[in-house]
Amino acid sequence: MDTTKSFWLPEKASTFADAVDFGFNLYYWISVFFFVLIVFLMAWFVVRYIRRRPDQLASAQITHNTLLETTWTAIPLLIVMGLFVLGMKGYWNMRVAPSNAMQIDVTGRKWAWSFDYPKEGISNDTLVVPVHQPIRLRMTSVDVIHSFFIPAFRTKADVIPGRYHSLWFEATKTGVFQVFCTQYCGTNHSYMWTAVKVVTAEEYAAWLEAASDPSKGKTPEEFGEILYSKKGCVACHSVDGSVGIGPTWKGIWGTEVPLEGGGEAIVNEAYAKQSMMEPASQVVKGFQPIMPPFQGVLSDKEVDALTAYIRSLK
Amino acid sequence: MSTATAGSLQEHEVAHHFEDLEQEFESHRFGMWLFMASEIMMFGALLTGGLFLLYLHPDAFAQGRAHLDWRLGALNTFFLLTSGFTMARAAAFAQKAEQGKVRTNLLLSLALAAGFLVVKCIEYKAKFHHGLLPGNAFHGAGFTSPHAHIFFGYYFVTTGLHALHVLVGMGLMIWCLKVSNRVRFTRAYYTPVEMAGIYWALVDLVWIFLFPLLYLVG
Amino acid sequence: MTAHAENINYLKTTRGLKSWLTTVDHKRIGLMYLASILVFFITGGLYAMLFRLELWSPEKNFLTPDQYNNFFTLHGVIMVFLVVVPGIPGALGNFVLPLQIGAKDLAFPKLNLTSLYLYWIGAALAIISLFAGHADSGWTFYAPYSLSKNPAVLWMLTAAFILGFSSILTGLNFIVTIHKMRAPGMTWFRMPLFIWALYATAIMQVFATPVLGITLILLLVENFFHIGIFDPALGGDPILMQHFFWFYSHPAVYIIVVPGFGIASELISAFSKREIFGYKFIAYSSVAITIIGFLVWGHHMFVAGQSEVADTIFSFLTFFTAIPSAIKVFNWTTTLYKGSISLQTPMLYGLQILFNFTIGGLTGIILAILSVDIHLHDTYFVVSHFHYVAMGTTMIAFIGGVHYWWPKMTGKMFNEFWGRLASILVFIGFNTTFFVQLIMGSQGSPRRYYHYLKEFQIYHQISTTGILILATGLFMALINLLLSLRGPSNAPQNPWGARTLEWEVAETPPVLFNFKETPVVTHGPYEFATEKS
Repeated sequence: MDTTKSFWLPEKASTFADAVDFGFNLYYWISVFFFVLIVFLMAWFVVRYIRRRPDQLASAQITHNTLLETTWTAIPLLIVMGLFVLGMKGYWNMRVAPSNAMQIDVTGRKWAWSFDYPKEGISNDTLVVPVHQPIRLRMTSVDVIHSFFIPAFRTKADVIPGRYHSLWFEATKTGVFQVFCTQYCGTNHSYMWTAVKVVTAEEYAAWLEAASDPSKGKTPEEFGEILYSKKGCVACHSVDGSVGIGPTWKGIWGTEVPLEGGGEAIVNEAYAKQSMMEPASQVVKGFQPIMPPFQGVLSDKEVDALTAYIRSLK
Repeated sequence: MSTATAGSLQEHEVAHHFEDLEQEFESHRFGMWLFMASEIMMFGALLTGGLFLLYLHPDAFAQGRAHLDWRLGALNTFFLLTSGFTMARAAAFAQKAEQGKVRTNLLLSLALAAGFLVVKCIEYKAKFHHGLLPGNAFHGAGFTSPHAHIFFGYYFVTTGLHALHVLVGMGLMIWCLKVSNRVRFTRAYYTPVEMAGIYWALVDLVWIFLFPLLYLVG
Repeated sequence: MTAHAENINYLKTTRGLKSWLTTVDHKRIGLMYLASILVFFITGGLYAMLFRLELWSPEKNFLTPDQYNNFFTLHGVIMVFLVVVPGIPGALGNFVLPLQIGAKDLAFPKLNLTSLYLYWIGAALAIISLFAGHADSGWTFYAPYSLSKNPAVLWMLTAAFILGFSSILTGLNFIVTIHKMRAPGMTWFRMPLFIWALYATAIMQVFATPVLGITLILLLVENFFHIGIFDPALGGDPILMQHFFWFYSHPAVYIIVVPGFGIASELISAFSKREIFGYKFIAYSSVAITIIGFLVWGHHMFVAGQSEVADTIFSFLTFFTAIPSAIKVFNWTTTLYKGSISLQTPMLYGLQILFNFTIGGLTGIILAILSVDIHLHDTYFVVSHFHYVAMGTTMIAFIGGVHYWWPKMTGKMFNEFWGRLASILVFIGFNTTFFVQLIMGSQGSPRRYYHYLKEFQIYHQISTTGILILATGLFMALINLLLSLRGPSNAPQNPWGARTLEWEVAETPPVLFNFKETPVVTHGPYEFATEKS
């Protein structure tokens, strides 16, 4: 199977890709044919029948030709009905997951993705899946509508608050593939990226082993740094002193910050935890109360690791 | 309002861009029907949305409906249907050039429409009193459905929009009364009453769908 | 008014700003629409230029993400609700419709002025929104994103609601006028195809726009009272909002494009001196598009989580829209055959419509193929397809129509050389801007992206170069037209040799009530003579 990208389409890495690309390419050549036909006729008629004298009249007035008109009604009709059947077959295949599919839960939030492996109790910010294994994603959003798009797999589905929407795929080769959010969701919509990492069955088993305890062999600061990008803190809080949607973490530890609605708070363990669990309760002055609460999302161990990481950012 | 004698009434003048009275009348009536079609699409969408919500949250609709008094709803249905009849009478008398009877029927319709709004106000007041309000303002007691507020949100939006149409309809009736003091209605020219009558038929029609959806079903 | 005043040029009957603001003359109202729409076309275009320049490189150049989101929202709302939807009906339809069917005015002149004022009020509200913060919901106002109580979004919603009202009243006025006000002898099949197109459009305006109205009302009420119809956090359904929105906004695409088809028919026939090929097929195809247009809204929601059965039905129905569109393209092409083709400025735009709409139509069909659409949905491919239709077809038709009827409106001829040069620049610029977006989209680049993968940069740079060429062409066309107003070149009554009433019978510019006496129509709109061999 040729899986490299072409002029029109990106790299292929799922079982659907061939069917989708076949539809695309078939239709592409049909449209090239009609486009060239029309532009050629248009150009030819313009050159051939250009007005040479100002008072020149048309050389014939042809008002209609029923046979011709019926033909160019019928032929496109037949073509599009064929395309309909082709698209429908491919689509139902994309929508109905095989019964042996492995389920992974996906949560979209402004502006990060998280993936939960329910059986293993793992939560991760990239999607790691074994190759040649049908995967069913059960997706929901905690805020607005997002959309989960993997170009290399030719699949996409909206991620909707208050309900589950699912998609499935089976990767055909190992590698790292881009994931985009394709439903506009606000400020950092275009940064809401992640990756699908397709690995062999053995690598997947090893990864599960390591991922079930992500803090193993790491200091709290190191683990905190991983959580910082994995849990989406990175979208709003910088660690280099630049002001983002939320206050920067650089040098904030131990300082006294003014709060919205008056008062001040010292950034210590208690404040850090409070701000993660109930962010709206003590918002730093000058910032919007838009951070989602992480109550039930972060474990105590993770809160401690993040706190340690913030403390380390002098 | 002075009662003009038949002699002091003017004849209607055809607007400059129409060929004759018939063309003018036909155009106005056709335009009004189109506007009604547009209104029906709007209310139709709203009612479709209502049916969808009923399907999503049947318990909310059942519990919400229990707090509406179908007798008041039925009284209002009676008011509207009767006023629809008097409006039709007004148009019929306008064609016969019986200016006085036109006015009587318009006044009757106006009174019935006002009666509708009075009953509506009584109902609204009771809802406010019991905290049966849309969204966050909802604090009604005794509901097990977490979505009961949606029923009342929908109730206020639909009946509010309908009441707004009742008000506009009453405005049209008052306009007809004013015209009837000035211009003579004839078989060929009774446009204002006809237009108000068509509009009022829509107000009736919408209510005939709203009443069962809100008061009876669920 | 004396008989004398009725028989002078409508531009000269009365003078002063007040006489324009209180006029009920459809021609003056058309001109005021034209001026307003041009102002907003330039505004919406400037926003597009700004964010396209920002997209020159994937990282920040001079706009923040919030500004970028604000700008594409403003571009979308302004272009859709203030330019392409009211554009051709409001400006050209208003001016031309009564002239083409031999009427003195529209059926409801005062209502027509009301539509214009509602348009202005809607525009004013949209301008208030600019100062009320950053409207950032996109022109689609999807819930729950649009339920954030952002005051700028609330003003925009109100603006769109008022503009919807304006659109309904214009449509209603057109339908009644076409039914009841035609001159003696103007049978349905002697009506110019532009009138058929406006008729089909008006039906959609009257029947689809109210659904947008109620959607916007519900969004506003939801924002203020949290009634929970669309908001999932309160038990509502955001997909219901999408159904409501697209029930209007899909027909709206035809409200946008069908009048453009009408102008294409006028231009291609007039400048080929040819009877249009398959008049009845084209007329019926406009009406067919209207009917099918109401049944296909669900194709905007193939990845939104409606049922697979619904997706399949909507896909099936969507393919039928391809047929009337294809018929038009074939018929226009065939009309050129054995004609006497003159490549004057309006015709250059006419041929561009044919070229661009062929691409716009073909790229639409692929989006109806369910499996392929899943990949292309919400990418630049869709953006490009939409612009090939709304800009490449409708706005090009608008500009072509403005050139075509400019002598009738103003009594002046514009400079042909600059007109043609501008038109060629527009053609090159437009296609440079949007063709690469097709490639970028099918490669997987999502739309509404401030920040993008490095590999897409080359496409963005070509596209941005294109918009600069396009803007140059558009400004050249505008300046050329405006300069003609002061120019010496007075237009003859029928400079293009067209056979429709507004050229053949009405004076240039027309008198106050259009015709000195009611015209009696004795021939079809495109009955040109044939060269004796």
